[in-house]
Amino acid sequence: MLEAYPDNRLARILLWSFCALAMAFLMLPTLVVVPLSFSASDLLEFPPRAYSLRWYENFFGSATWMAGLRTSLILGTLTATLAVPLALLACISINRIGGRTALAIQGALLTPSIVPGILLAIGLFFVLAAQRLVGTLFGVLVGHVVLAIPVACIVLLPALARFDWNQVQAARSLGANWARAIGGIIVPQLQISLLSATLMAFLTSLDESVISIFVASGQNSTLPKLMFLSLRDQIDPTIAAISTLWTVIVLVAVLIVTLRKKS
Amino acid sequence: MTVLADPALAADARRERRFFLSLSLPALFIVGLAAILPIAWIIRQSFLTTGGEYTVGNYEKVLSSGLTWSALVTTLELSLGTLAICILLGTPLALALASARPRVANLLMAFVMLPLWTSILVRTYGWLVLLRREGLINAALTGSGLTAEPLPLVYNFTGTLIGMVHYMLPLFLLPVYAAMRDIDANLVRASASMGATLGQTIRTVILPLSAGGIVSGSLIVFIYTIGFFITPAVLGGGKVNPLSIRIERTLSTFQDWGSASVLGILLLVLMALIGVMFLAARRLLARNKFGAAHA
Repeated sequence: MLEAYPDNRLARILLWSFCALAMAFLMLPTLVVVPLSFSASDLLEFPPRAYSLRWYENFFGSATWMAGLRTSLILGTLTATLAVPLALLACISINRIGGRTALAIQGALLTPSIVPGILLAIGLFFVLAAQRLVGTLFGVLVGHVVLAIPVACIVLLPALARFDWNQVQAARSLGANWARAIGGIIVPQLQISLLSATLMAFLTSLDESVISIFVASGQNSTLPKLMFLSLRDQIDPTIAAISTLWTVIVLVAVLIVTLRKKS
Repeated sequence: MTVLADPALAADARRERRFFLSLSLPALFIVGLAAILPIAWIIRQSFLTTGGEYTVGNYEKVLSSGLTWSALVTTLELSLGTLAICILLGTPLALALASARPRVANLLMAFVMLPLWTSILVRTYGWLVLLRREGLINAALTGSGLTAEPLPLVYNFTGTLIGMVHYMLPLFLLPVYAAMRDIDANLVRASASMGATLGQTIRTVILPLSAGGIVSGSLIVFIYTIGFFITPAVLGGGKVNPLSIRIERTLSTFQDWGSASVLGILLLVLMALIGVMFLAARRLLARNKFGAAHA
């Protein structure tokens, strides 16, 4: 955009060095934990004097951490399997109805992403407490599904807008019922968007911490809740190992989605 | 929609519309169950004593407490501070990205998105490691002789603010970058060819045209930061107490559900106020744009 100012070299240098600093600021906290996770020492020395895998062993050898990992993976899978179909149906509805009604539905579905997490968390805690469901997997699951629905909708709505509805009309006029038309025409055509939506829903649940902190407990504590508790008490290098694994997994997931989209 | 003369066809269309409406019901039900009902429950709980009787005592107790007001001030300080730094850092960054070649811009955007894809707990941990008394930044500062003593960078307001800016900067950047990328490059060229300096062009062409993106970005920053919990809880070290932290403490340490609910409602009111302010700002911007088009 600034090519109209080719001579202003000073401004350009300033802008780009600023840019480099900002990038360093954004990347540093994520990158710094990687070498630490391979440190052999209890202290958080940087760079580590000796390397080892002991913090990874610590993580995989701990019953508490493994239970947290298991809970988080189960929750993420359940969240994605519930949220994506619900979001797909809602998006079809929004796409077909149009007008104010559609806007109202969309607004209602997006509310959970606007309300502060802490409010959802304590409200959900109250509701679940009244039903004696605090600490159950179900309680956290409901909270995660409601957060994942708007995320899935954001992916699916534009995909449906590009979808040619005449295909469904054709299938219907040839005698397919709605379930067949949706399962046989819409789902295969939106495959890639549905995959993105599923991964995003999974990651939303995996990353969610505030609802888990308030609603999950005991055996059903999620990995983020355990990480939070551990961060509050002391800085254990095990967290560095978890953080590294976590970042690698998320990066791989994001890469899959973006590469799939391009091909 | 076309006008349907045949009543049978019209009935068909109505039936189809009802069918499509029904498709959104399961999702709406879940949202009602897990988002609307909990908020309604907070409102109900705020009027109840621990015994379950109706009272306004919770409101009297919370609103007369100095802790509440200092929490409100801390919340606003954190939000406004984060917003100010995001504008100062994010706007030039968006300008750099918008003026980069597409390939470079895409690569840089990937770097910007990376923290967005990392867990908030991972990032908070990273900042703890960097900002501690014996941390990397203090080691660099004392090692190079810039400061004699390590600076208190974490377990306080500064640390919380750094963590929050780090969380919000990519989210602020996205709408601003989108707005700047949409600016017609010919406008910048025209401005330059008529003798405007770079500074003048940025001030009078680029910034006004990206104001909409900056307003959207600011709204996002406010919506997120107003209820931030993890960052102040970990990086604040117990010394930074915005409303979210007070809610948690009232709930888990004092088991006072009523007061926690009142604090929650305070947060809701704050959000509503900010929402109204931003709607007004956007309307003002739209009017200015309209006026400019006719000038």
